[in-house]
Amino acid sequence: MNSSGIHVSGSLRKRLAVTLIGGVTILTVLLFFVIRNYATQIAQQSQDSILRASVTSILDAATIRNGDVVLDIPYAAFSMLSTTTDDRIFYAIYQDDTVISGYENLDIPEASARAESRFRTITFMQVPVRQVTASRVLVGADLQTHVTATIAQTQDSLSGTLNRISRNAAIFGAGFFSLAVLLSAWVTSTTIGPLTRLADSVARRGPQDLSPVSKPVPSEMVPLVSSLNLLMARLDRSFKQSEDFIAEAAHRVRTPIATVRSHAEMTLQRVDKEENRQALRSMIRAIDETSRAAGQLLDHAMITFRANQLEFHDVDLVQIAQEIVLRLTPITEMKDVELRLDVDPSVKVSGDPILIQNVVRNLIDNALKYSPSESVIEIEVRGTPTPRLEVRDQGPGFLYDEIDTLTDRFTRGRNATGVIGSGLGLTIARDVAAAHGGKLTIGNNLAGGACVTFIF
Amino acid sequence: MKFLLIEDNKELANAITTRLLLDGHVVDHAMSKTDGLAFAETGEYDLILLDIMLPDGDGREFLGHHRAGHKDTPIIVLTARSQVSDRISVLDLGADDYVTKPFDHAELQARCRAVLRRRAGSSQNIIKLADVEFNPVAGHLSLGGSTIALRNRELRLLELLINSPGHIFSKQKLFDRLFSIDDDVSENAIEVYIGRLRKHLEHSRLTITTLRGLGYRLDEQ
Repeated sequence: MNSSGIHVSGSLRKRLAVTLIGGVTILTVLLFFVIRNYATQIAQQSQDSILRASVTSILDAATIRNGDVVLDIPYAAFSMLSTTTDDRIFYAIYQDDTVISGYENLDIPEASARAESRFRTITFMQVPVRQVTASRVLVGADLQTHVTATIAQTQDSLSGTLNRISRNAAIFGAGFFSLAVLLSAWVTSTTIGPLTRLADSVARRGPQDLSPVSKPVPSEMVPLVSSLNLLMARLDRSFKQSEDFIAEAAHRVRTPIATVRSHAEMTLQRVDKEENRQALRSMIRAIDETSRAAGQLLDHAMITFRANQLEFHDVDLVQIAQEIVLRLTPITEMKDVELRLDVDPSVKVSGDPILIQNVVRNLIDNALKYSPSESVIEIEVRGTPTPRLEVRDQGPGFLYDEIDTLTDRFTRGRNATGVIGSGLGLTIARDVAAAHGGKLTIGNNLAGGACVTFIF
Repeated sequence: MKFLLIEDNKELANAITTRLLLDGHVVDHAMSKTDGLAFAETGEYDLILLDIMLPDGDGREFLGHHRAGHKDTPIIVLTARSQVSDRISVLDLGADDYVTKPFDHAELQARCRAVLRRRAGSSQNIIKLADVEFNPVAGHLSLGGSTIALRNRELRLLELLINSPGHIFSKQKLFDRLFSIDDDVSENAIEVYIGRLRKHLEHSRLTITTLRGLGYRLDEQ
């Protein structure tokens, strides 16, 4: 696409894919952390509740006997804390601010809030532990004291669980990610699809097909397509206008030209002086050139117009060739040129009969113009290998270095000097051949003379 | 031959008429479709030349009316449009042929000749002079029981000479009749065709005499 000088700025497909996949990535990472976080919280809560139960059962066992605090730690208080990974447990029991049992260096948090139980995560003996602390007021006969129990547990089991959950979350995230990538690839291609199809259907058109795009398109593309259609309609209109103009102009010009020509020809009959006769001849040639140019311009406009709305019919090339030969016979007889038709029984092609007719007539006309007196023009129509119509004459032929440029508009060969023509005949033929998916080849016969082939 | 020319452009009609008169034909001229139909109904014509754009209607309507009246006078249409479809519809409506304006008079003549040859049998219009029978429509020359087919230019040359025996035709006049303006040949090319005709007429009582500086003349011995 950028080969035709269009300035390309990014690609919609890439942009869409990058946006979608980027979004999915962020979402996946976010999801992973949310799950992990949530799992951490749940796991922490369950450890906390066991720790609290443990602390509570220790405190429950504390009594005052004979003015002393007696505490018999129940077996269950520690057994309930057992884990598969043998997490270590540290405990300390304080009476007021003095350790009465357990690890002396296991601090308790500031008992400012004096809430029922206080949780914190600290590092104790170089390992991270979860510590829970609870207090109870013991009231004896003459004693009132604060008993505080604190238990800390390492978190090996917890982090094991968390790792497991993280791994599962990662696997889940990866699955989600790849599914989402597939999904966004699909979304991208279905979104871009109509655009690609539109581009295809516009690109597949013939060079002069200006009909509006009629295929259904998504609503977002309606502005694009409607302005495309508008543009094409405008182009179409200007085509038709110029065609009408040329037709009208040709019509207006031809009748007076015919008058001038007839008069000039008549005068030529009456004039004897050689220089006057030469002048009249040049005049008539100029008139012919004018009218032929007008005619060819009209033909060209008509062909542009018809190629615009090509209607394909079954056309018999042989029949067309025969009709045109019949039609041209009076003129060829006048020049003592023989038209020789060599045809297959029937050569059917699919095409626009009027365009094909026009081309065939042009080719034979051309051959006739360059044919010397008492020569033969051979017209061959063959159905195999591909349908083709070939016109060979015995005129001067083409100059080899010019062959490639002869189908350009208004280009005439150097050999054409002295022969009336507009330089449009071969252009028209080439355009029509192209409109039918065929081509026009130009060359010379071995024995001399031009050879033009219209191949379908 | 008798022509009916239906053409609304006076100038062009004059030019065509004069040219046809020069060739020794008779021409009636109608300016409109209505006039044309009236002429065609009352007169007998060998050929009708019909312009397609007429002030009171399309030449195609004339074709329709004319053919509906079971007239089979050959018609050649003069059209200013070169659109192929236009030409085709004209032929479909019963015209015998058409020429596109502006036309070469030689082409018009050639087309008239072709139409007449297709339409009429070849029995009429036989010209007899001395021991020679000439059928200009079929292009045959008969003498002493044998028939010679003439090439087109030979035929036109002979037609000219045989219609006015004893008349002197300049080289130029003959050249104008035989070659179209587009033909890039010198006036001396006439000598070739005179030579050929002389050969064809070798055993007849007709001779073509060269008058130095003046032209050619057909003489009966």
